[in-house]
Amino acid sequence: MSEEKYVPKSKLGQWFDSRLPLLTLAHHINDYPTPKNLNYWWTFGGILTFFLIVQIITGLVLAMHYVAHADLAFGSVEHIMRDVNYGWLIRYLHANGSSMFFLAVYIHIFRALFYGSYKAPREMIWIIGMLIYMLMMATAFMGYVLPWGQMSFWAATVITNLFSAIPLVGESITTWLWGGYAVGSPTLTRFFSLHYLMPFLIFGLVILHIWALHIPGNNNPVGIDIKQLSKETVPFHPYIIIKDLYALLIFLIIFSGFVFFVPNVLGHPDNYIEANPMITPTHIVPEWYLLPFYAILRSIPDKLGGVVVMFAAVFILMFLPWLDTSKVRSAVFRPLYKIFFWILVIDVIVLGYIGAKPPEGMYLIIGRIATIYYFVHFILIMPILGFKEKTKPLPLSISDPVLGDEDKLSSEKTMNNR
Amino acid sequence: MQKKFKNIFKVLCISPLLIIFINLSVAAEVSRIDLLKTNWSFEGIFGKFDRSALQRGYQVYNEACSSCHSIQYLSYRNLTEKGGPEFSEEQAKEIAASFEVMDGPNSEGEMFTRPGRLSDQFIKPYPNIEAAKFANGGAYPPDMSVLVKARKDGANYIYSLILGYEDPPAGFEIEDDVYYNKYMPGNQIKMPKVLNKGLVEYADGTEATEQQMAKDVVTFLTWASEPHLEARHKTGFKVILYLLVLVALVYFSMKKIWSRIETKQ
Repeated sequence: MSEEKYVPKSKLGQWFDSRLPLLTLAHHINDYPTPKNLNYWWTFGGILTFFLIVQIITGLVLAMHYVAHADLAFGSVEHIMRDVNYGWLIRYLHANGSSMFFLAVYIHIFRALFYGSYKAPREMIWIIGMLIYMLMMATAFMGYVLPWGQMSFWAATVITNLFSAIPLVGESITTWLWGGYAVGSPTLTRFFSLHYLMPFLIFGLVILHIWALHIPGNNNPVGIDIKQLSKETVPFHPYIIIKDLYALLIFLIIFSGFVFFVPNVLGHPDNYIEANPMITPTHIVPEWYLLPFYAILRSIPDKLGGVVVMFAAVFILMFLPWLDTSKVRSAVFRPLYKIFFWILVIDVIVLGYIGAKPPEGMYLIIGRIATIYYFVHFILIMPILGFKEKTKPLPLSISDPVLGDEDKLSSEKTMNNR
Repeated sequence: MQKKFKNIFKVLCISPLLIIFINLSVAAEVSRIDLLKTNWSFEGIFGKFDRSALQRGYQVYNEACSSCHSIQYLSYRNLTEKGGPEFSEEQAKEIAASFEVMDGPNSEGEMFTRPGRLSDQFIKPYPNIEAAKFANGGAYPPDMSVLVKARKDGANYIYSLILGYEDPPAGFEIEDDVYYNKYMPGNQIKMPKVLNKGLVEYADGTEATEQQMAKDVVTFLTWASEPHLEARHKTGFKVILYLLVLVALVYFSMKKIWSRIETKQ
């Protein structure tokens, strides 16, 4: 991006900036040219950053009162809920915050899928984003274990047991993960330690994610490159900041609705029963945001196969920039891809629903079909579509057509109208 | 911008509902019997506990439930706290003192008992789970601290369960010391029917019908599970009101700022 070289006005500023260019960085964020046609789907990056910070701050306070010990963890959470000043608020913010974090990240990912934001030259942003997503899942899973309720304990048992499917060394790896011969206190303490560490790794990756974003700049709903910086972009401050803030506040209202009025609706009642290794719950289910992958895991009749396919379902996303062969980024100009995109969205929702159901009868059959379709979408549909699909004519510049206007208007016509 | 806004608003409204739906469908497998419903004072955005119901509920717990069920995460001091039964300090001290609490060791290394104080936790009926099981035919009477949150639709479920004792239908084989209950998963429960009309004599003169006692004790248990429910509702209302005002201010600022761009075109 062509920007004029920034020089601080004051002498002191120049002295400082030539040694540590923090002022240049601040200036860059201020002036960062952003496509002016970004819609509200682009506000979720800011929302996600906000929620990462919320999770870190509330988590920090919770960690001051929480006790990572199999005999004491459940009681210490109740202590937080009852006796710590505003402990109930902090814990409900943290627990529901993770759900909101995932809701926002799913919207963010599907936005990238729809507008082709993962394509050249933005592959690195996408790959780092996927790493963040994987770390998020690991962090959330470990966080779910900490209250040491029935679901915590049995989710930990089920997931760590997956590693026993690895041939030859599987059993040893599982024992090593547990720190014993079953899920217990040693497992809990290491999960707590890692749960504390991972958000900071995520934070580091978020910085890389944003750094990688600031090299090519934002994609936009039209999906074509910026031609004229001065006409087609607005400076990040104040235009994008105020818009992000507006979207964030609306999101916060929904978040508050959960925290203050239905704080437990996203959790499982069984997690208010203290962990008991002697009693297995009727249905062991993960949190809602992991359900699609849980459905994929269970749709494979073989244990090792299930684990492999589940991890493949996540890792395949990494290769998306190369699986998608279409030159056109935005689905707005890809009539067929648009349809398949929505089918994929429905497919993932169906998988989520199946993940919540017992793996039997119709649920199992539907789960298997949805799993197969998930892979077909990425391995077959996306590469083939790039060659076969007739895309609509692209406009000359992003300020040319208004997104959502009828496609009948050819780009030239719009220009004449101006 | 308007149209896009509507779209995103739809998604923002629909997606939480979708998540809730998926979540609720998890537990829906277990039982499809409709639970008994009653009007709970603590439901809804402005929900508060009915103070006298909480006090009566404590009485029912104390006289009917506490011989088997503990509430280990409540302390006697909680009974005086705002948003709870709000017994006066004297009343709560009296309640606490009516229990014998094991304390010690004293300077001679001996354990001793003394009357309870406000700072003591609710005393437990059994020293450990094994003793509780042994005394109850192998079934463990669960601790009631978070019982309402540990069951799906907890308040209505416990209310229904207490009132759900019936004669088993013809052909339903049932062992001795096991009772038929319409709302228990599997319909068999080891807890006998406890709440019979007139079991307790309410100090405030309320008639102690089965429904009345059930409602009072469930109200009490809901508070025990969520002692800060009233503060939560109150704070939530203020927070959302504040956010709505802020959203409006930010919206108009945004319009103003963006108008510089839109007029330039």
